[in-house]
Amino acid sequence: MIWKEYLFPTTIQDALEALRKVPGRTLPIAGGTDLLLEIQQGQHPPVDILVDLTHIPELTQLKLQEGYLLIGAALPVGQIAESPLVRRYATALAEACGLIGGPQVRNTATLGGNVAHALPAADGMIALLALGAEAIVASLEGTCPLPLLELFRGPGISALDLSREIITHFRIPIVAQQSASAFSRVMRPQGVALPIINMAAWLRRQGNKIEEIRIAAGPAGPTPRRADKIEEALRGKSPLDPKVLAQCKALLPECFFFRTSTMRASAEYRYHLSEILLEEVLFTAWQRAEEKLRNE
Amino acid sequence: MNEKQFISIKVNGKDVVLPAIPSEMLSDLLRYRLGLTGTKIGCNEAECGACTVIVDGSPVLSCTYPAVKADGRVITTIEGLAAPGRKPDLQILHPLQQAFVLYGAVQCGFCIPGQIMTAYALLEKNPSASEDEIRYALKDTLCRCGGYTAIIQAIQAAGRAIQSGKPVEPPAVIESKQPHRVVGRTQLRPDAISKVTGLAKYTDDLAFEGMLHARVKRAGVPAGILKSLNVSRARELPGVHAVLTADDLPAARTHGLVISDWPILIGIGEQIRTVGDAVAIVAADTRQTATQALEFIEMHIEPLSAVADPIQAFQPDAPKVHSQGNLLKHIKVRKGDVEQGFRDAEVILEQTYRTPMHDHAFIEPECSIARPTEDGRMEIYVGSQIPYSDRNQVARALGVPENKVRIIGMPIGGGFGGKEDIAGQIHAALLAQKTGRPVKLLFDRHESLLVHPKRHATQIRVRLGARRDGSLTAVETELFGDTGAYASLGEKVMTRATTHSSGPYEVPNVKADCYAMYTNNPPAGAFRGFGVFQSAFAIESAMDSLAEKLNIDPIQLRRKNALRVGSVTNTGQVLRESVGLLECIEKVENELKRQAGEEPFRSRVHPELPHLRLAWGFAVAYKNTGLGGGAPDKAGAEVELRPDGKFEVRTSSAELGQGLPTVLRMIAAEELNQSAELVDVLLSDTDLTPDGGPTTASRQTYVTGNAVRYASAALKEMLTVHLAEYFDVAPEYITFIEGLAQVNEERIPLSEVYDIIHKVKGKPMVSYTYWAPKTKPLGEGGDMHFAFSFAAQAAEVEVNTKTGEVRVLQVITANDVGYAINPLGLQGQVEGGVVMGVGHALTEAFITDQGKVITDRLAKYRMPSIMHTPKITSFVVEHPTAEGPYGGKGVGEIVIIPTAPAITNAIYNAVGVRVTELPVDQEWLVKQIRLKEYQLQPLGVR
Repeated sequence: MIWKEYLFPTTIQDALEALRKVPGRTLPIAGGTDLLLEIQQGQHPPVDILVDLTHIPELTQLKLQEGYLLIGAALPVGQIAESPLVRRYATALAEACGLIGGPQVRNTATLGGNVAHALPAADGMIALLALGAEAIVASLEGTCPLPLLELFRGPGISALDLSREIITHFRIPIVAQQSASAFSRVMRPQGVALPIINMAAWLRRQGNKIEEIRIAAGPAGPTPRRADKIEEALRGKSPLDPKVLAQCKALLPECFFFRTSTMRASAEYRYHLSEILLEEVLFTAWQRAEEKLRNE
Repeated sequence: MNEKQFISIKVNGKDVVLPAIPSEMLSDLLRYRLGLTGTKIGCNEAECGACTVIVDGSPVLSCTYPAVKADGRVITTIEGLAAPGRKPDLQILHPLQQAFVLYGAVQCGFCIPGQIMTAYALLEKNPSASEDEIRYALKDTLCRCGGYTAIIQAIQAAGRAIQSGKPVEPPAVIESKQPHRVVGRTQLRPDAISKVTGLAKYTDDLAFEGMLHARVKRAGVPAGILKSLNVSRARELPGVHAVLTADDLPAARTHGLVISDWPILIGIGEQIRTVGDAVAIVAADTRQTATQALEFIEMHIEPLSAVADPIQAFQPDAPKVHSQGNLLKHIKVRKGDVEQGFRDAEVILEQTYRTPMHDHAFIEPECSIARPTEDGRMEIYVGSQIPYSDRNQVARALGVPENKVRIIGMPIGGGFGGKEDIAGQIHAALLAQKTGRPVKLLFDRHESLLVHPKRHATQIRVRLGARRDGSLTAVETELFGDTGAYASLGEKVMTRATTHSSGPYEVPNVKADCYAMYTNNPPAGAFRGFGVFQSAFAIESAMDSLAEKLNIDPIQLRRKNALRVGSVTNTGQVLRESVGLLECIEKVENELKRQAGEEPFRSRVHPELPHLRLAWGFAVAYKNTGLGGGAPDKAGAEVELRPDGKFEVRTSSAELGQGLPTVLRMIAAEELNQSAELVDVLLSDTDLTPDGGPTTASRQTYVTGNAVRYASAALKEMLTVHLAEYFDVAPEYITFIEGLAQVNEERIPLSEVYDIIHKVKGKPMVSYTYWAPKTKPLGEGGDMHFAFSFAAQAAEVEVNTKTGEVRVLQVITANDVGYAINPLGLQGQVEGGVVMGVGHALTEAFITDQGKVITDRLAKYRMPSIMHTPKITSFVVEHPTAEGPYGGKGVGEIVIIPTAPAITNAIYNAVGVRVTELPVDQEWLVKQIRLKEYQLQPLGVR
């Protein structure tokens, strides 16, 4: 038995009330691509009631509003990957979403699930982090925006209380001029199709200098993290400067804690790859920012 | 807000309202409540894509899509694509379905509904999809037959047809150089239409009145003693009809293909040798109840330390997996004087290679249905590679004579050797015998991965000796093979590995020793290539190392030593004919040089991305056709003229996707001077079809092909004789033309011929048993095999020197198959073999740790996808073998064998790193590349 009752609330209010039905055995579900398998394979405590969030309009929105790009938490990632809005204003997210699973999975998997599952290397989540996204979390007490990093407690452990909270959508600040982002990852051809490392960068240029920057990578610790020190080192500099780049690479071990996972990748290999990805996402984002300026 | 009580959907244009059922997935609703069994379940874990259906225009995986979620939506399944009609034919099919048939994109057919539905969603949006867009869209829709090349071509052809409104253009197929009237020419599969429409019924697609569902309680630990077992709680569970343990076994306690060492159920006090060992079996009203009952079975196992690998198993103090010891067989090959050979050598090199276990990962998991009949017999519906062996083993287990058991072969959703052993046949039969009701036993993917025999993991040490001019003077090999917990075909597989371990070369002095060892891993048995995949990786890697050491072109080195007519193999067999290796080498070499110039093995730097290095690699192979080694190799076939004037060929030989029914109908049609459409083929029903022997060892086209050929010729003669007598004319005035017999000037429909002969003679039918040429056991010299196939391949790789990632861009392949009887089917085998070879080189490894299976879900065992599929250029080489049908010999295995070493040799050529262990580990590779770069730097820079 995977579920006994499967509910389709159409408002956030109804969803939150439904979540209170059988304490401890009620869960919200969006695409369910991970959750249903985990329940089925006995890797998840049994669930009685699943509250499907995909019929709530706020959770499937995708629009620009007051300087933000709003992306519903229950919108399939395939739609995000193909959205011209996302491609333009959150390129890294479109790239990341286009790499999640295969096309069929992308037609049901959602960004809300990607974040709520709290895996430290979820592609969509890493891109959101670099884009400076906030999650809008609703509970019966009200709605509040939370910085993404505050949603993580540990590997697979979300800070969300799923018995009373749901992510309704994400909002990404739009900074049009001279800003751009990029995402990349390295997979292992054998075994589970999770990245052995992924990375995203967002930056804003001021001429030939970086004005603002955010870099995120996974799995770089029990919870996702940003590369604060590298970001600091890059402000006011050009990533094309070999000295700056070397300095940034040297700072990687201070920013990320890569570990060895048996049969997947050693920490050493991950550090090695992180240098390659750092260079790649920085250069790509830098280049894109320039192209944008030229086109605008 | 209430729960949905009903699900209201539009499926294939029809409105359907059904009560909602908790935990039901869309695939279950479609398959079991609507009978739309065209939607397949391959993994049930959102990995394989076989269950893809279209929901509101988007492809989704129905195995993990809650049925209630589909409420109010429009659903299209494979059954909804073709225009409605009672009997689908090519005309009413959707262009995609037509194209899949015409391009030979259909093999076993099990993944095809998923492929077509995924492609359908793509073409609906973008009928002019490029190859890259097709690859992106089909990335996670897996085809284990590896038909991706044909699939891409079919989708593009369908797209063109959709845009132009014209019929799908057929492909250009390379036909035989000497086509006959039927054989050697393009022929579509007889089962293709049923497979592209979803109408083909595989075992799990069947349901019987009152059918129960079985599950198996498995040990879950690799080594131990079963101390206690309590099934009483499970027996009491409502809905459970039977729970059987070893105490309930009515007759045989073990099964096995060669040695009966595999317990049907483990009894109290008995030894557990692998995680998949069966402890109890349950039959219940529903699969859910049966699964629940497993949880109520209490058992206590005293764990023993596990034997993890064949090297450990070989140590004198290793725990014993079987009481007689861990050595299944020591296999020896001796030719000449190997010590003298090494004394004669001017260059000697030695290297040890390792290959992992591989899973067949056929997309259709094992399924058996046992059905007791009113007359006291037992019918088993199963997709089996050896139906007569199933009959024998089921009868022994039930304690009944063989004629009380009937195996009814179902279409097989991929086999590759993995459906030769007993899976659920015996367990289902025991439960059916006990309950008197039909019982279905379907493995889930997890169970399939744990239970069925794998490819042998090996460690192979190769020592080569050669003169400066490249001529080999000695080859010494030492092989350790992991045959796992039970013998299965382990001895045969490792014998083939050993006899092929010095490669397709004439070597004066050979010494090979192989130790096939029992361990506590899942059993290992037959898998396409049958041991030769492993030893070819070793010898072909070593040959490239030798070429480098001698500074000889690797192709030239192989050509110099290649087996040719007149050569003596390492087992002392004189090759008298049909040795096309040199032509295979030449074909590949010419194409290679045409594409890559005179120095294809030189490392090239990618013009725009200098961290990418490219190079080609080369390898050759040979593989026996048929059982060989002194085993009697025969096949029976019947050919009958039916009252409707069509012919029927009958034999118990399995169709796994390789195209056997096409081959057999073509052969019969050729002999009877009819078109193939006038010949039906019935396979694998032990009541109706004579034994064609196992579908293994690339033998069916040759052995059963010959049986059908001789039976057809004899039937034609029989018809001629009777018509001559009836019409009182000399036999030479009687000929057969399409659908007719011609007697002098008079043309008589074959249905009338039937009537004429039926009156005087009874059924116009001939039964024929063909015996392949006798072979000699290993060690006796002479012909160990009656034919060999040969191949050469070149692979181009791109190595990312920063990350260690490897891509295979192109493969050129040439295969000597004797004669290309069925060119379209041959193409599918060739392309699929390359794809599987790429998988074995780069993506696949079945991993255990102290006997515990790590790769226990499809998500963890990665098979090659359309993204891994290289551009394939194929050459067919035809060196006929006199005794083979029209000169034909085996093809199913040779096509995979050279791929992995061609790839790893290419990696060496690109970055100078010698891969000695499969699959290629990118992390290891990048480390080696960096180490090399470091060593190459001038000292001052260090």
